[in-house]
Amino acid sequence: MLYVVIIFLCLSILLYLLLGGADFGAGILELITKSELRQNTRMLTYKTIGPVWEANHMWLIIIIVILFVGFPPIYSALSIYLHIPLLFMLLGIIGRGTAFVFRHYDAVKDDMQKVYNLIFTYSSFITPFFLGVIAGAMVSGDINPEATNFFDLYIAPWTSFFAISVGIFTVSICGFLAAVYLSGEETDQHIRRVFIRKARLLNIATVVSGGLVFFAAYIDGLSLMIELITQPVTLIILVLASLSLWLLWHFLNKQKTNQQKAVASRLVAGFQITMILLALGYHYFPDFLIMHNGVNLSLFNSAAVGKPITTLAWALILGSIFILPSLFYLIYSFQKEPES
Amino acid sequence: MDDLMAARSQMALSLGFHIIFACIGMVMPFFMATSHFFYLKTGDLNHKNLTKAWSKGVAIFFVTGAVSGTMLSFELGLLWPKFMEHAGPIFGMPFSLEGTAFFIEAIAIGFFLYGWDRFNPWFHWVTGLIVGISGLASGILVVAANGWMNSPSGFDYVDGKYINIDPIAAMFNDAWFTQALHMTIAAFVATGFAVAGIHALMLLKGRNVAFHVKAFKIAIIFGGIAAIIQPVSGDISAKDIAKRQPAKLAAMESHFETTKRAPLLIGGIPDEKNKTVDYAIEIPGALSFLAHGDFDATVIGLDQIPEENHPPVLVTHLAFQIMVIAGMIMVGLGLLYFFAAWRRKSWLNKKWFLTLFVAATPLGFIAVEAGWTVTEVGRQPWILYGFMKTSEALTPMPGITYSFLIFTLVYLSLSAIVIFLLYRQIKSVPELYSDNHSKKSAEPTQ
Repeated sequence: MLYVVIIFLCLSILLYLLLGGADFGAGILELITKSELRQNTRMLTYKTIGPVWEANHMWLIIIIVILFVGFPPIYSALSIYLHIPLLFMLLGIIGRGTAFVFRHYDAVKDDMQKVYNLIFTYSSFITPFFLGVIAGAMVSGDINPEATNFFDLYIAPWTSFFAISVGIFTVSICGFLAAVYLSGEETDQHIRRVFIRKARLLNIATVVSGGLVFFAAYIDGLSLMIELITQPVTLIILVLASLSLWLLWHFLNKQKTNQQKAVASRLVAGFQITMILLALGYHYFPDFLIMHNGVNLSLFNSAAVGKPITTLAWALILGSIFILPSLFYLIYSFQKEPES
Repeated sequence: MDDLMAARSQMALSLGFHIIFACIGMVMPFFMATSHFFYLKTGDLNHKNLTKAWSKGVAIFFVTGAVSGTMLSFELGLLWPKFMEHAGPIFGMPFSLEGTAFFIEAIAIGFFLYGWDRFNPWFHWVTGLIVGISGLASGILVVAANGWMNSPSGFDYVDGKYINIDPIAAMFNDAWFTQALHMTIAAFVATGFAVAGIHALMLLKGRNVAFHVKAFKIAIIFGGIAAIIQPVSGDISAKDIAKRQPAKLAAMESHFETTKRAPLLIGGIPDEKNKTVDYAIEIPGALSFLAHGDFDATVIGLDQIPEENHPPVLVTHLAFQIMVIAGMIMVGLGLLYFFAAWRRKSWLNKKWFLTLFVAATPLGFIAVEAGWTVTEVGRQPWILYGFMKTSEALTPMPGITYSFLIFTLVYLSLSAIVIFLLYRQIKSVPELYSDNHSKKSAEPTQ
């Protein structure tokens, strides 16, 4: 049953990055969109993400619950040593969620909208950035429970070059996903071209910032790159992701004139991100939190024993029976016909 | 402020904030669905407008409740990692199920808010109802988890280790039912009276009368019935606490000495140093009766409990008194409404009548906050009653005061914005949902 829980955990992380990521990305896109097109981006975001954004956010809750029920030492260690970036991420989540709803449900449209927009866009940037920073800190080996001063205990782990570059990488991924996703929703050909251009730019940014992660790993003395390209499985996965770049650009090109091609672009974009996560997941599995002293917290040595895992697994299975079909139907219903 | 106090204050602030939004988020959908039902049955546009207006409220409160709930799920770890490390696997079951309920709620709200004119009207109605039902389920599950902190079960504690964990037994702990019952009814009371109060205020202003009359009626019927039955669940809770947490009951009632035929205190200010209560009205034997169903029963006082395990008496006592008084006023108002609706219809649009309900707007939430203060402060110094003290659960990270300040700021601004939004929402009702033909009729149609 532990494997059931682990599968749900991995799946939730993947879905949060893909769906929640596209969600955050919409805010990032708005931030980098020229002012004359901003209103357009905003409406498109509202139309496409409005019905599902709360559901997208739920994957994070599932991750948190799985961690504290199933792997309490990991949850506890994260909460202690990454308290500060978690706090920033939390502030981002609050700002984003509330601003999104406030700006659409405020009965009066006036200058307050500017405030909501400001909060929405910047928190859309902050949240994935710190999410990435936290992920980077978790595998960097910089968390050191034996340290004795405040800086080494609570600041150093997440301010390394590596952790910051993972943060930047995550932001690029979110922006990229959102651009690909939204370009498929846009019916106006001219504006669609703008989105497609952004999707390409952000795709390049993703590749470059991915390179930055490797560079940072090298500078910080982590053997990430060597290990990823010397393990046959991760190497194959990364090669597949790279090869699909060509496909993506091809479909994006087609999509300029034919909106129907959007599905293909989306699938390829999703595939690329899934591959990156898969390669990293495969590389680090089962370690979840790599500590300075070499005593890593893994999904096996940190798992709760016995009944908690079994009941958690059943709760997840049961939950997914209810959730997945209705979530699918929700996404399907709002996809099948354009809003009247 | 030391870190423990800062962490406790932050937790109290977060919970205090979340409770308001969670209550409204789980009860408003039922009001909305009721109004929606009348619209579908009769085609009355006022009911349609009301449904739409309330659904915006539901959206705003849902999201604020969701983000504040997310914050809590992080804060449990950020502030009390030592507690969560042990407790997570034991009381995680209700949280796992709550995840499902909440997810369903999020999906249903997507359907409902964006589904006007897209689906079969009754399917659309059902999605609105599901928002309410899954919200209610979330609330009950989270309260069950809190019940476990008051009444730990489902594990064996051997040599400082929590073993033989049974998450199902932990979820169905002795306190879950009484606490969930009391809280669920409280949510209906609080939301009912708050919503009714706001619409009563609009009625006093005399605009969109037909709209607000319908709104007031739905809200006060829910709130009034809930208020009238709440004392029954309160009595069940009191008997339960007397059995399981005598220290909490003693603090609630400032009952310093163990006595037979214990009196019930009404009001009063406890003096913790001299172990006396000033200015209280005593009803002989009533506490014994409330706690044990027998006027001559012995009620355990704080003298039977080691000094270091005493909860703060003053806060718990005052909070309890506030809750009871607020509750009683609402019982009275509930009865008044039903009497008026039955026998004195002319009262319903009298100024004094409406003013009473406007004044009662915050009462339910005052009672809810006070009730939670009793539950949480009354459990101190334990985070897990009888097993782990709050001070042992605290994060080792220093500087929690700063975190407390940041969150105070966030909560204050969020509250300000929500109040501002609601104000604008209510103010724009005339433009959005104006109904010329019914403006003149000030006569409520009961």
